[in-house]
Amino acid sequence: MNKQSVMVILCLVAINSTMSPVLGSDPGMLENSGVNFRDKAAIQRGAKWFVNYCLSCHSASYMRYNRLAEDLDLDQDIVLRNLAFADVNIGDTMEIAMRPKDSEAWLGKTPPDLSVISRSRGNDWLFTYLKSFYRDENGGWNNLLLPNPSMPHVFWQLQGIQEPVWSSHDEERVIEHLELTSPGLQSPQEYEQTVRDLVTFLDYLGEPSKLKRKNIGIWVMLFLVVFTLVAYALKVEYWRDVH
Amino acid sequence: MPTDGMNKGRRRFLVATTAVVGSVGAGFAAVPFIQSWQPSAKAQSLGAPVQVDINRLEPGQLLKVQWRGQTIGILRRTPESLRLLSEVTPDLRDPQSLESEQPSFAQNETRALKDEYLVVNMHCTHLGCVPQMVPQVGPQPFQENWKGGFFCPCHKSKFDLAGRVYKGVPAPTNLKIPPYGFLDNRTLLIGASQEGVG
Amino acid sequence: MAKPASMLAKRADALMNWIDKRLPVAAFWKATMTGYYAPKNFNFWYYMGSLALLVLVMQIVSGIFLTMFYKPSALEAFASVEYIMRDVNWGWLIRYMHSTGASFFFIIIYLHMFRSLLYGSHRKPRELLWIFGMLIYLALMAEAFTGYVLPWGQMSYWGAQVIINLFGAIPSIGEPLTEWIRGDFSISDATLNRFFALHVIAIPLALLALVMLHLVALRETGSNNPDGIEIKANKDANGLPKDGIPFHPYYTVKDIFGVGIFLLLFAFILFFWPEAGGIFLERDNFIPATPLVTPEHIVPVWYFTPYYAILKAVPDKLMGVILMGASVLILFFLPWLDRSPVKSIRYKGTWYKVLLALFTIAFIRLGMLGMAEGTPSQTIEMRVWTFVYFSFFILLFFLSPKGKTKPVPDRVTRR
Repeated sequence: MNKQSVMVILCLVAINSTMSPVLGSDPGMLENSGVNFRDKAAIQRGAKWFVNYCLSCHSASYMRYNRLAEDLDLDQDIVLRNLAFADVNIGDTMEIAMRPKDSEAWLGKTPPDLSVISRSRGNDWLFTYLKSFYRDENGGWNNLLLPNPSMPHVFWQLQGIQEPVWSSHDEERVIEHLELTSPGLQSPQEYEQTVRDLVTFLDYLGEPSKLKRKNIGIWVMLFLVVFTLVAYALKVEYWRDVH
Repeated sequence: MPTDGMNKGRRRFLVATTAVVGSVGAGFAAVPFIQSWQPSAKAQSLGAPVQVDINRLEPGQLLKVQWRGQTIGILRRTPESLRLLSEVTPDLRDPQSLESEQPSFAQNETRALKDEYLVVNMHCTHLGCVPQMVPQVGPQPFQENWKGGFFCPCHKSKFDLAGRVYKGVPAPTNLKIPPYGFLDNRTLLIGASQEGVG
Repeated sequence: MAKPASMLAKRADALMNWIDKRLPVAAFWKATMTGYYAPKNFNFWYYMGSLALLVLVMQIVSGIFLTMFYKPSALEAFASVEYIMRDVNWGWLIRYMHSTGASFFFIIIYLHMFRSLLYGSHRKPRELLWIFGMLIYLALMAEAFTGYVLPWGQMSYWGAQVIINLFGAIPSIGEPLTEWIRGDFSISDATLNRFFALHVIAIPLALLALVMLHLVALRETGSNNPDGIEIKANKDANGLPKDGIPFHPYYTVKDIFGVGIFLLLFAFILFFWPEAGGIFLERDNFIPATPLVTPEHIVPVWYFTPYYAILKAVPDKLMGVILMGASVLILFFLPWLDRSPVKSIRYKGTWYKVLLALFTIAFIRLGMLGMAEGTPSQTIEMRVWTFVYFSFFILLFFLSPKGKTKPVPDRVTRR
């Protein structure tokens, strides 16, 4: 690379990095989910929460039970017994019994399939969302991150009931934070872990091959390093001719 | 251009090394593409074992079911047709099923787990047509002394009622027997062997 | 008794001879590789051509395999992509190869084009070479756009909606034209189906033909080089350029090394960061397409955003479309807009360095703003950079004949 090219690139990098960032929407609202995609125990726990609390309304129609068993090092029988409903075959996908028409009548809209929800929403969003439900003045469920959600707070027995603490700014009432007014079956720390486990599972659900992908990637990179070194030696050897 | 002090040996070595490493890489890169043609998880799930209720199958009746896109025949054989199996033996190419494909439990004269029930992959071992069952004993257009069996309309291959191939026909081996087992007296599981059923 | 090895070599020679009498393999190899003399002073920027060819091949191979599993129907498309990602053996690898390859193709092509701006590779006698290259770039944009519709996510759907409606800006024929392109009154199964046909066969064929022409033209004129001088002007007694070296083996071995470095970067993204933070694979495209809900924030993929920003900067539908079209088409005229007596930036004065730097910043900044939400201050900024973008061409036209230059050497400098 010659001097001009280097200068041009450096110049661009410098100028662009001093400009105001324009990418990404306000990330300040979101909490860090702390998901570790290699934590199979967390995925297993999350799978259980998912099946018990989500799978009655939300499907995961691209995910097969036998894939779950294989990826999480579980026996197929254990998966069928603990994570699937009756009459499910091990090769089936995680479908639900509820018909879309019924769910639309009950909830206002069909609950989305959750197979790739972690890829469209992101782990941090899901983590924050599931922690941000509160009981509003009308006694219904609302959510700080996604106001007026169609989904009720299905985990309220675990988390307990949060209520908003209001403060006024220039005659406008805003929610300052949420307060746990009626404790649930889990402590706040336990509930946070529950949500983290669930999001870890959803992250796995979004791309079941992620672990394999990254593991193979390391070998591919190592191979390419060797190839590049050999190719470099070859190039240097031939270019001895060129003066 | 090419010149003084050129080290031919080193050059040849590096060319060979690069070629070998590159070929190994290309070989590895080809693997995912080749394996992508294998049956997918969906195909495998659809190809899972199927259960068949055989409670109402009458003696002499043939029931056809689909497993992995193949036609599987379930024939409840009469005592008469079981008796005839030993009579045709001299005309068969592989009466002991030594060169044919079947689970080990079906490598016998009746080619079955329970003599009464023949469970057979109906596709001819010649080119995959599905033979017709011709159970009547007596002269047929294709054979004078017919003892009952299967006849393939495509290329005139003949099999007895145990799916064993006759001599002098294009089909090389007996009809295949798929893995199967009995879940109970009335339910057959096709696609998994008796051992696997447990 | 002859050694078996030499016998084998003799046989191979005889076979080659037999073929050569019937197909001019050796002559072709000599004309394009061993007998083709390229300047010996190529630098970093000259890797991009061969890398673009590599990416083209990778896209074709991975694309062929994807068509074996993808279903071009509005009902099944989204699910079939997830089928590839989950159920097909190694499907995720093939899909990521294709999606990462699309972005890398544009990275490579943009660097390849920038090289031309640095060293004047589009200048006489390489005007046609540049025009074929620009046509490749246009075909590539069409290829990328039709390809982006295929996963049938929200971004596929609404991106297609917005881009096709651009044609609606054309007076009087606009509306019927958009209907004709869609084959329906809105983006639908019919649109997806024809985009699939364009993406997998029509445009790739055109692309291959254009790449052929680009290469034939290159072998005719020979490569430019960082000094922007013609090596053919200085030949030795044998009629070979003094500053040239045979493409094979010298540039083949060099390009193989370039391929190694490129694949390292490529594999890193593919295996560890395939979404590239939502830039290569956008988040909203993991939501199945629905005409009922428009995503809050529709943006094209990153490689289109500079032009998209120019569109957004103009407060008039027709003018916006015209200006956006002009921003691409004006590149075709570069060989005649630059009238400087020297080609390379090395021998042009500061004026060109400043112009080019501003142009590049404008392009990148427009790309970033094209992805942004579009606040009023960003709109003003987009207008400023749009102005800078077009000023480059105008100023180039007027400044280049008189702009300061340094003396150009007869022979290439630095090896």
